Amino acid sequence: MHIPDGFIDAPTSVAFGVVAAAGIGYCLRRGSAELDDRAAPLAGLTAAFVFAAQMLNFPVAAGTSGHLLGGVLAAVLVGPWIGATCLAVVLLLQGLFFADGGITALGLNVTNMSLLGALGGYLIFRVVLRLLPQRRTSVPVAAAVAAGLSVPIAAAGFVLQFAIGGTVEDLSLRAVLAAMVGVHVLIGLGEATITFLTVGLVLRSRPDLVHGARGLLRRESARSAPAPVVPAVPAARP
Amino acid sequence: MTAPVPTRSRSARGLLVAGVLLAFVLAGFVSGYASSEPDGLEKVAGDQGFLTSADEHAFGDLFLADYAVRGIDDPRLAGGLAGVIGVALVLVVGTLLFWGVARLGRRRPASRV
Repeated sequence: MHIPDGFIDAPTSVAFGVVAAAGIGYCLRRGSAELDDRAAPLAGLTAAFVFAAQMLNFPVAAGTSGHLLGGVLAAVLVGPWIGATCLAVVLLLQGLFFADGGITALGLNVTNMSLLGALGGYLIFRVVLRLLPQRRTSVPVAAAVAAGLSVPIAAAGFVLQFAIGGTVEDLSLRAVLAAMVGVHVLIGLGEATITFLTVGLVLRSRPDLVHGARGLLRRESARSAPAPVVPAVPAARP
Repeated sequence: MTAPVPTRSRSARGLLVAGVLLAFVLAGFVSGYASSEPDGLEKVAGDQGFLTSADEHAFGDLFLADYAVRGIDDPRLAGGLAGVIGVALVLVVGTLLFWGVARLGRRRPASRV
């Protein structure tokens, strides 16, 4: 999913660079209001975990692999604004130090994986969560659905960029779209599985640290006991 | 609004330590067993005929390029070491950035949108 230099022409890359910079700037503004000193290491850990998981390519079809994008995972764990910024940090360092994703393509990649993948994916997460029973166990399910959809959405973002500024012309855009969405639906299944397991794991051990479960925790604790302590927290400790 | 104070007072140290360890193990060890097939975009680019339009990466000769530490012959060791360095790098850069952002947020609490 990391676009190298050369696929998309310079004007389009610059335009999406502006989009990405404005988007991340907005995320930082919103994120700064909800970050405190305690949340900063958690956000750093989320970025590091996404980086590690992105190294783990799993086979999807004959001669093709995919890896976690991690946008929805990060957004559900630390919130959409910080989560999208986590993805941008990962993409920046991958481009600078690991030759993964072109330098001129950074704005394209941030737009697809951070703005579309994390922010767009988080929007889907909220919608799906509203449709499910208002229980804590719905959070990993909604996260998995959103994660699965976020991958073909990010792939469609690439096709849009390719349609605007692809350097190879005379290609069937419909064929590129079908191929990109097709293979990334499969990768999305892996994304959904990893997101489900990871969110579920953190939710079981420290539900208070899962941003996407906040409203539910408050509601559950209000319903079950007059004390504001979340009931499942002591039980989850070994 | 009365925030649920007890749920916010517990330290996150346990989760942080476990998460950091897991990230190091994934990037340093498990990554050696990852698929080396082309990823979705690369595969589609090859099939559809635009893979050759990719340019060489501007920093393709740096010592961590392509997730392999330069000068180490064993691919699993070179990749695992690059992964460990990468996790440490992202952890430090990310945490420092978010710390700075948290500071900025405190300095102008009125600007909550």
